[in-house]
Amino acid sequence: MSVTYLEAIREAQAKLLRDDERVFIYGEDVGGTFGGAFKATKGLAKEFPGRVLNTPISEDAMVGAAIGAAIQGMRPIVEMQFADFSSTALNQILNNAGTHYWRTNVPVPITVRLPCGGTKGSGPFHSQSMESIYAHYPGLIVMTPATVEDAYTMLIEAVTIDDPVVYCEHKYLYYHLKADKLPTEGGLSTGQARIVREGRDLTIVAYSAMLHEGLAVADEMAHEGFEIEVVDLRTVKPLDTETILASVARTGRLLCVGESFPWGGATAEVISRVTSEGFHLLDAAPQRVNAKDTPIPYHPNLWAAHRPNAKTIADKARALLRE
Amino acid sequence: MLQTAPRRKKSTVSNAAPHERFLEAFRWMLLARTLEDKLVSLYRGGLITGGVYIGRGQEAVSVACGLFLQKGDILAPLIRDQAGRSAFGEPLVDVTRTYLGSRQGPMRGRDGNIHRGRPRDNQLAMISHLGAMVSVTVGALLAKRFKREKNFVGLSCIGEGGMQTGSFHEGMNLAAVEQVPLVVVATNNRYAYSTPNEREFACHDLVDRAIGYGFEGYTIDGTDLTNCLDVIGGAVKRARAGRPPQLVVASILRLSGHGEHDDASYVTDEMKHQPFARDCLKVAEQTIVDLNLASPETLREWREDAATQVDQAIATAQKEAAPEADEEDWCAISTRRVADQIE
Repeated sequence: MSVTYLEAIREAQAKLLRDDERVFIYGEDVGGTFGGAFKATKGLAKEFPGRVLNTPISEDAMVGAAIGAAIQGMRPIVEMQFADFSSTALNQILNNAGTHYWRTNVPVPITVRLPCGGTKGSGPFHSQSMESIYAHYPGLIVMTPATVEDAYTMLIEAVTIDDPVVYCEHKYLYYHLKADKLPTEGGLSTGQARIVREGRDLTIVAYSAMLHEGLAVADEMAHEGFEIEVVDLRTVKPLDTETILASVARTGRLLCVGESFPWGGATAEVISRVTSEGFHLLDAAPQRVNAKDTPIPYHPNLWAAHRPNAKTIADKARALLRE
Repeated sequence: MLQTAPRRKKSTVSNAAPHERFLEAFRWMLLARTLEDKLVSLYRGGLITGGVYIGRGQEAVSVACGLFLQKGDILAPLIRDQAGRSAFGEPLVDVTRTYLGSRQGPMRGRDGNIHRGRPRDNQLAMISHLGAMVSVTVGALLAKRFKREKNFVGLSCIGEGGMQTGSFHEGMNLAAVEQVPLVVVATNNRYAYSTPNEREFACHDLVDRAIGYGFEGYTIDGTDLTNCLDVIGGAVKRARAGRPPQLVVASILRLSGHGEHDDASYVTDEMKHQPFARDCLKVAEQTIVDLNLASPETLREWREDAATQVDQAIATAQKEAAPEADEEDWCAISTRRVADQIE
């Protein structure tokens, strides 16, 4: 018996619908017998009649409606069919949901689920990682779960939180990542990073699918005699600077890995904070690995080279360790 | 004295004889005009930071948007809806506190002018990105349906400029798909800022879009208060009774600039002499005089009452402290345990 990352997301939503009558799910193809493009809501429309609702292809209106419902006391979960399409809802997410509490003192408890990240053959418009855009704007919490357990507990936490949460679920992990069972208790607090592997030579900070690439590098380089510490951010915003600095204090070297585009973004933020707050801890200039600064390519050969992978991360790690 | 808060029972208005309803609407219009004239003076005197955006010429349409709503209904006003906001129950002091930057206002200096709202009291706080509030209103109505509330309606205001946004189209379509009790009142004031109708849309009549959205559509002369009350009142009633969403398109001329920074020199003389360029407040007052609905003495008392209320609201706001940057809680989220980790 095992449970996948995708099943954890489905089960978290089932639990939320079961336990809290304020919860409903709103999105393209989520309802009926279809259960979503990735089946993250499979069976839920039947189990919870009237609470898992298909919408028109109207990302802006989906989020707008969720905001209105949340102001009235509901706890909507909006499923974007792909994270990429949330760009057409940016206005509602950033300017409406993100500003509402600050402006009016009334929080907007919406959860926007973004199936993000690349899978081969998906091309420029079905592969994007949007966490850095959402983290840039005030008023939003941005979750990037990397494990089955976190996918489950963090989604429940996202809906429980009174503020808008952008929940970035990685499509590659949907089927590839499995756990023995779902957690029976809550996970770490929102905003708390986890040290997944301890080490003393180098800190790799990663999140979402890149955590697993980072762990693969740590495994591989252990054979070369390096002890690499791996930190899972879990949430991009808030960013657990304290845990990162503590890790860098132990290792003296930092490599940050993210799947989103390289200009600015989550990895740049980590490095910025470490250099300004922990410059004295560093034995070498901190480095990062991101996707390339082009649209995400369709062909598997190009796609595999576009995103960070264990090889490109390991190359960067070795160079950093030589300094 | 006309009370702006707390909200009086609306059922008395809905059932009021037409002339009583007309007179009440007129007084809200008068209050809005008096307030906005004063805000313009304060702005010109340099006492208001940012912009001032007024609803001069739109008061008849706007008051009808607020007047037929009851406790529990939703109002999503836009920038020229002072009359409707007041008729719905917005205290005058909310307006003056927001414009004058009192930290006791609903926005506490964090947002200004017409972006104010009290979402907990069903007055949604608009964002500047036009069209966005239609779907928010739809969602608020969906929530009421989920909560099994009865007999509610939502009214979302828009202009012909905002009608051209993608967000508006999505919101209208969603409203019809969800069959929520929504009224959308679109006021064509001839200009999107400075851009005239012919560069805004090319359809024969904006109300023709109603059938495309799955709405029932109506047009009104926005300078005629009776027409505004009859048609918008009827639309609210139909939406409340479970008819499809309602679109009302009003025709007026904006009798001001886009904001008070704008001299509106682009408005042609020809435009100013069109029937839709009449001042709805003057037209309504003339009706009162012609039909002898109120004596000149009563009209004078109403004017004085409006001026007194406005002066009091301004005096109150002017006495209050401005927000202080070093006392501000510079945190954009409400969840403390998470907020403490955001630097």
